[in-house]
Amino acid sequence: MILFDLLVGFLKVGLFAFGGAYGAIPLIRDVVLAYGWIDDEMLTYMIAVSESTPGPIMVNLATYIGSSQAGFWGGLTATTAVVLPSFLIVLLMMILLTKLLKNPLVQAILRGLKPCITGIILATGVFMILQHCISSFHPWSVDTTATILTIVLGTVYFGSRKVLKNGLTPIGLIGISALAGILIYGRTL
Amino acid sequence: MKPVLDLFLTFAKIGLFTFGGGYAMISLIENSCVEKKQWITHDEMMNVTVIAESTPGPIAINCATFVGYKQKGFIGAVAATVGMVLPSFCIIFLISMFLDNFLEIAWIAHAFMGIRISVGILILDAAIRMIRKMQKKPIPLTIMICAFAGMLAVDIFALRVSSITFMLIAAVISLALFPIRGNTGKAGPAK
Repeated sequence: MILFDLLVGFLKVGLFAFGGAYGAIPLIRDVVLAYGWIDDEMLTYMIAVSESTPGPIMVNLATYIGSSQAGFWGGLTATTAVVLPSFLIVLLMMILLTKLLKNPLVQAILRGLKPCITGIILATGVFMILQHCISSFHPWSVDTTATILTIVLGTVYFGSRKVLKNGLTPIGLIGISALAGILIYGRTL
Repeated sequence: MKPVLDLFLTFAKIGLFTFGGGYAMISLIENSCVEKKQWITHDEMMNVTVIAESTPGPIAINCATFVGYKQKGFIGAVAATVGMVLPSFCIIFLISMFLDNFLEIAWIAHAFMGIRISVGILILDAAIRMIRKMQKKPIPLTIMICAFAGMLAVDIFALRVSSITFMLIAAVISLALFPIRGNTGKAGPAK
């Protein structure tokens, strides 16, 4: 049943999503692709929408995927599921286990977990970029337009961050890339 | 105003006006909960940030739960957390009903073809920022590189391995490799 799948899937996301919003994206991708709810393409659009609307990105994504799969109740189930683990953990910590975080065992685990998550996020970012620049892996073929666009947008984004103190914000980048998409793809297609 | 309602409305406002989630929200929460309402102290706010970083889930949710519980116990925690989530829930729910229709309009579809490229860049940016903050020591670096290579292989060859598997392996390895000490300060391998 779809609601039960959404509940289990997003409980898993909520329970394992360390490292903020972007830590959750690889996990959400796992769950969503495993159940076959939406494809990579649609997920990318949803990430952009979640980033451009107010509220925590992870929660927005859960609401979005849930609603797209099973309407209002789907959205409600996925959102509750993604929030519940962290809600309970913080509550538990405040009630009983204030010292849990200082526990050496927990510290040791966290020290290994953080670099692992960093690696996973890095792989997800690299793969998402590769996916758009390389139109097919076998046989190998490159999408020139997307590759050029990636290089230009990447240079503008990271460049503005280096040069200016408050460089381009994520929403700014999404806005510029939308404009670039309309100009480039609207002309060639 | 009743304190529970106040918690709900304050966090609903934060939820409605912060874009980008996570760290963008922390400054807003600090502004309203520490400076304006004085619900928690600055030190407590620091503690929440540490807790938020070390526990799973959205950082903003962790903060809302913490502040709510501190003020009004369980009911307060629920009010603050629901307040945080509700505005974006309504917005996203509305968008989800229309996005499929939107994507059939040619210029919007083109805009999204551009947008999908920036999403990859944003994720890469998040990863780079995490690498900067990371301890540059052999064990964490090795774990990171292995996780990166493993995950990339899983993605490219479309293998059915969850990223949770990698995280569990990393947890076991770090339990075995990192010296377990009571003091967390600069504990680490001697070399």
